[in-house]
Amino acid sequence: MSMAADDRELRDESLDGLQLSAQLERIWRTPSGLLGALMSVDHKVVGRRYIVTAFAFLLLGGILAMLMRVQLAGPEKTFLSPDKYNQIFTMHGSTMMFLFAVPVMEAFAVYLVPLMVGTRNIAFPRLNAFSFWMFLFGGCFLWISFLLNVGPDVGWFAYVPLSSLQFTPTKRADVWAQMITFTEVAALAVAVEIVVTVFKLRAPGMTLDRIPLFVWAMLVTAFLVMFAMPSIMVASTSLILDRLVNTRFYDSSSGGHPLLWQHLFWFFGHPEVYIIFIPGTGMVSMILATFARRPVIGYPVIILSLIAIGFLSFGLWVHHMFVTGLPQLGAGLFTASSMLIAVPSGLQIFCWLATLWDGRPVYRTPLLFVLGFIAIFVIGGLSGVMVASVPIDTQVHDTYFVVAHFHYVLIGGAVFPLLGAVYYWFPKITGRMLSESVGRWNFWLAFIGFNVAFFPMHILGLIGMPRRVYTYTAEMGWERLNLLSSVGAFIFALSFALLLANVIYSLRKGARAGDNPWNASTLEWATSSPPPPHNFDRIPVVKHRDPLWADSESLPVVAGLSAERREVLLTSLAEAEPQVREASPEPSIWPLLTAIATTVFFIGSIFTPWAVLWGTPPMAITLIGWFWPTGSREDEA
Amino acid sequence: MKQTIVRNVAELPTFGFGPRSGPWWGAMGFMALEGMGFAIAIGTYLYLYAVNPTWPIGASPPDLWPGTVEAALYLLSIIPNEYTNRVAQRQDLPRVRICLIVMSLIGIVLLVLRGFEFAHLNTRWDNSAYGSVVWLILGLHTTHLATDVGDTVVLAVLMFTHHAKPRRFSDVTDNVFYWNFVVLAWLPLYFLLDWVPRL
Repeated sequence: MSMAADDRELRDESLDGLQLSAQLERIWRTPSGLLGALMSVDHKVVGRRYIVTAFAFLLLGGILAMLMRVQLAGPEKTFLSPDKYNQIFTMHGSTMMFLFAVPVMEAFAVYLVPLMVGTRNIAFPRLNAFSFWMFLFGGCFLWISFLLNVGPDVGWFAYVPLSSLQFTPTKRADVWAQMITFTEVAALAVAVEIVVTVFKLRAPGMTLDRIPLFVWAMLVTAFLVMFAMPSIMVASTSLILDRLVNTRFYDSSSGGHPLLWQHLFWFFGHPEVYIIFIPGTGMVSMILATFARRPVIGYPVIILSLIAIGFLSFGLWVHHMFVTGLPQLGAGLFTASSMLIAVPSGLQIFCWLATLWDGRPVYRTPLLFVLGFIAIFVIGGLSGVMVASVPIDTQVHDTYFVVAHFHYVLIGGAVFPLLGAVYYWFPKITGRMLSESVGRWNFWLAFIGFNVAFFPMHILGLIGMPRRVYTYTAEMGWERLNLLSSVGAFIFALSFALLLANVIYSLRKGARAGDNPWNASTLEWATSSPPPPHNFDRIPVVKHRDPLWADSESLPVVAGLSAERREVLLTSLAEAEPQVREASPEPSIWPLLTAIATTVFFIGSIFTPWAVLWGTPPMAITLIGWFWPTGSREDEA
Repeated sequence: MKQTIVRNVAELPTFGFGPRSGPWWGAMGFMALEGMGFAIAIGTYLYLYAVNPTWPIGASPPDLWPGTVEAALYLLSIIPNEYTNRVAQRQDLPRVRICLIVMSLIGIVLLVLRGFEFAHLNTRWDNSAYGSVVWLILGLHTTHLATDVGDTVVLAVLMFTHHAKPRRFSDVTDNVFYWNFVVLAWLPLYFLLDWVPRL
């Protein structure tokens, strides 16, 4: 093995202070101009784009929700046609799940994980750029199709036989299925990056029991993505094949089986819930520690709970299928496992409550959202235990009770922590604080609006209102609760308008943040806000689980990395002992070109199977361009 | 914040092999998720097998010889593959070049054999769910095979250019590692596709 190849290389130990910062900034910055922006492989640039794009899709999905609430506000309204309504509820669910909830969590991880583990860039930065482009193109593909009246109308889980060619002869179901492929490729890429970043790029001394809880949460999430998403890719691919080249996976007249679809979908779909929720818990743990002014109680308990949830989440999928006529033993087993997963979730909640109890809580906006999360999520968890039981599930299946339940779990479990996270990390990402007073209005409007919008749905479901109906008659007696729900929805929407206004205002006029405005303990706060392109002038050495609380004056660091080319420090898996100084990729246009070639391939292949033939060479060429060394020092070390 | 230098990593190597390198873990990650894809495809096959009273549906089982020859060749290919690994670890460029050519040729032969295998499946993808799942699984593995062969060919060409620098040997070992996965994935699939219909 070649040791320290070139001794004349400029190293960071021979520079200091501003000189070092300037030099590192020069080699790590994203090139200027439009082309430079398209070439960026900086995890912070890609992460910011990911976050903004995911929130743009949240806005679009939210607008659809408002349209539905207008339609349902009174009986027999004609604001939306049945066909439009079908497209809109499908688009709402698909957008929120595939284009907002999963990507936004991965987006925060892309931005934060490298900073939290104390490295200079994410593992496989070009793959990261590629992932973003795939996500963007997939989202645009879905939405442009919708605007052209080819939006999917088969529900966010696209059950066969409704989504089969016979019952959906248009391209609507294909658009849904291929959007899945786009977003899953993007998500899988980020998952692998996160795993490798956490395994190999941690700062020296960051042993497994010193990893910040958000990073642990994202690690578990990444594994969930890796093992859950292949299932939906097999599902969506086989659906497209059934529709395009007459395969018979779901055709019961030729040995196919419609329930196969439900198994494949929910084998992905249930872990999906935890793919969204686990990052939320990671955010909660970070915010809670900072604002309770003490480390979270039960660090190992929380990690073991996360891992337990990860495993258990793969054993629950059949509870979505209780009304499909399962054998009793199967139903019993899945009821038990569905109730079992409440145990590690509950353990985490008790750890958080104990932390608050023992701490000296400072009730700033991020903490308010965490408290809102605990209240709402517990309600969602309890209705979850209810529907885990087969007799109750059979009664409320496909009613608004379920709609209420999963919005409590998803918005409570993921969106409230996420909003807290926005307030918490906005200063790090932008260098400015969000307005605290607007933040309080934002929280209370969100909390009240959410509950007014969704709590009545429990009752609506219990009195029999089914999901996915575009209207109802007056004599059903659902009118008042629906109106109340619509009013709540608008209050909830208003809270997001406030958030947007707060962000726009604070970007220009917000108070300057400084490196560590919350006096937090983890490494992302040890660098400037926003961080420089290279994140840290020198890679920190970690000696404590809460490094910035252990020593708020000085930061132990390593020296000896290159100061003339991009280099990151690889450390060992468990002990985080330094092993290798590995080159980190330079900016490149090839990930974008590869994403374009892949997009042509994907979209082409819902129209003709020959796209596989003519779509492959451009992908192969762009991939070779991507990996072929350019002769820069980065490549030739 | 004041910085205190507590250690120096200047003496560390600039690339590593196996679990010391980043790309090795990347390959590991992709193998995990692709392995899961195979597992799901196998699950799909067995599900359809379980819900259908006859299997295979309206077809005879695939002819045995293409899959069997492939399985034998895959197993034998582990030997030159492992040799490639050793010469790459030793950074022996001339031998690495030869090995990569040999591995490329083996891959191409396997791709040709795969063509025969499709032709001898004795079912079309649109005959029945049986045909569909058989074509899906074989297609999935063929994608892996073709990707790795493509990668091997490109790497072989690369090692004949001036880019054949030390850290490329680490890329060669990662490619070796991935080939083992292609081989290992084939064995259960071979049993599933060629032998389960004969049970």
